[in-house]
Amino acid sequence: MSEIHEWRVAELSRQLQAKAVSSVEVTQHLLARAEAHQGLGSFLHLDPERALAQAKLADAQRNDGHAAPLLGVPMAHKDVFVTEGMPTTAGSKMLAGYQSPFTATVVRRLMEAGTVSLGKLNCDEFAMGSANENSAYGPVKNPWDVTRVPGGSSGGSAAAVAARLVPAATGTDTGGSIRQPAAFCGITGIKPTYGLCSRYGMVAFASSLDQAGPMARSAEDCALLLSAMAGPDLDRDATSLDVPARDFTQTINQPRAGATPDKPLSGLRVGLPKEFFGAGVSTDVNEAVQAALAQLTALGATLVDISLPRTELSIPVYYIIAPAEASSNLSRFDGVRYGHRAAAYDDLIDMYQKTRSEGFGDEVKRRILIGTYVLSHGYYDAYYLQAQKIRRLIANDFQAAFQQCDVIAGPVAPTVAWHLGEKANDPVASYLADIFTLSISLAGLPGMSVPAGFGEGGMPVGLQLVGNYLKEPELLQTAHQFQQVTSWHTASPKESVL
Amino acid sequence: MALTSDDMRRLAALARLELTPEAEGPLVTQINGFFDLVAQMNAVDTTGIEPLAHPTDAMGEAVALRLRDDIASEPASEAIRDTNQRSAPAVERGLFLVPKVIE
Repeated sequence: MSEIHEWRVAELSRQLQAKAVSSVEVTQHLLARAEAHQGLGSFLHLDPERALAQAKLADAQRNDGHAAPLLGVPMAHKDVFVTEGMPTTAGSKMLAGYQSPFTATVVRRLMEAGTVSLGKLNCDEFAMGSANENSAYGPVKNPWDVTRVPGGSSGGSAAAVAARLVPAATGTDTGGSIRQPAAFCGITGIKPTYGLCSRYGMVAFASSLDQAGPMARSAEDCALLLSAMAGPDLDRDATSLDVPARDFTQTINQPRAGATPDKPLSGLRVGLPKEFFGAGVSTDVNEAVQAALAQLTALGATLVDISLPRTELSIPVYYIIAPAEASSNLSRFDGVRYGHRAAAYDDLIDMYQKTRSEGFGDEVKRRILIGTYVLSHGYYDAYYLQAQKIRRLIANDFQAAFQQCDVIAGPVAPTVAWHLGEKANDPVASYLADIFTLSISLAGLPGMSVPAGFGEGGMPVGLQLVGNYLKEPELLQTAHQFQQVTSWHTASPKESVL
Repeated sequence: MALTSDDMRRLAALARLELTPEAEGPLVTQINGFFDLVAQMNAVDTTGIEPLAHPTDAMGEAVALRLRDDIASEPASEAIRDTNQRSAPAVERGLFLVPKVIE
């Protein structure tokens, strides 16, 4: 029997169901492991007492005949989800010591499905970053090479899952914050269609882009988790989609309609945007992605050349829209209702200024300033409105592409994970590295990162799969079938490195 | 047209941020560096294009946004108020305290 921490969610679920192990045993094992690997920086808060109480309850429920697939499965949550009874910092000094009076919908749903919460995971401050170096509580290290970044902003989630501290974690993705860290850490993650998972209780960064999703070690695990997380939350989130909850595990094992078991992806047209395979992609990443595409072909898929002509434009468009929304959302941090307040000030305005200047880190300030500028009188039309118009063109480009294909494939990021500190003082270099994830977020489409091999320095490479709106079942099925014939997702970082 | 230190101080005041003199220089350089990237947006012809404020708007009729009834749906009580104010920096008798604004 392999070690408990090596079990993926589906395996853990089977072992718990068979009563080969109890949730308390699994929880104790993972808590000890998380404790031993605090040096990775992935956990901001571990809650052994609460976790063990939940595990005990899950075991009691199982003895009473309950058999929900996630019952007793431990996981942890990105610290942008508010949680009653556990602190929430969003990676910011601004929220040091903050205790939310309520719990985010996706966390509540996962808990109702029986999961055990081990604690809260590090992330870039207010989810702003691509390397997890913008957290006020220190950087997270990549378990494959601790001198490298885990990606961001869900870096703590990705690192904890990759290092086998938890089988699964929640993440959020505004411009790539699930997909890119999943790729950098060699795990599987899905950003669903915008609105599929409730934003209620997610500390807001850019409300027209923010979306929650699961991060785990296989597409099957992501399907299990997403089935619990997704679903309408109409009274709590005005942008929650009114589409019935689905069981995403139902179709992943089946061949596509009309396909045979040996060619399960027959009939699947995979679109390759030429803009995702140009000079901007490093050789190692390109080679791994090409090998993955060959694998999809072997499964019966056909490759189709497509174009997403405004891929490069998605960088300025995103980095105008997201900071504009952030400058508005983060105006709530004023030192009055919650969070940090400066110790000394002259008057109300001075209190606001000192509070915000002390509480926010450099990247958050940069984005607030950019957002304030592009929304200000005289610049609104040229920047913000123009960006929103190009956002429409980008969304239209995807609809044109989906006339020719069912899913779109390409790299998640142009390179493997870079070294800690490498881009820390060059925000624009970091923005440029988001080129392959931003347009998907702007359009609100579902996107996945699937492990697809290794590149420079033995670092993981992620294959990105993008579907049309609400096509999560097709994405998860494609990824799952790929994982039936590949083993990249089962590779784990060396214990000695951690 | 590049932003100057004066522009940056004006923006900081609008955003209720205070910039240290040491932080100002690098910020101006970094933000101007970003606006070099933005320049390519000017060349895009967007005549007659509706701005997309929200992705739901691109998903078609089936998933149109809605408004819920404008009614208070949360129960009100002092206990709930106290819970909601637990993380406030300064509270007295259920009120948020701020520095004096009226002489």
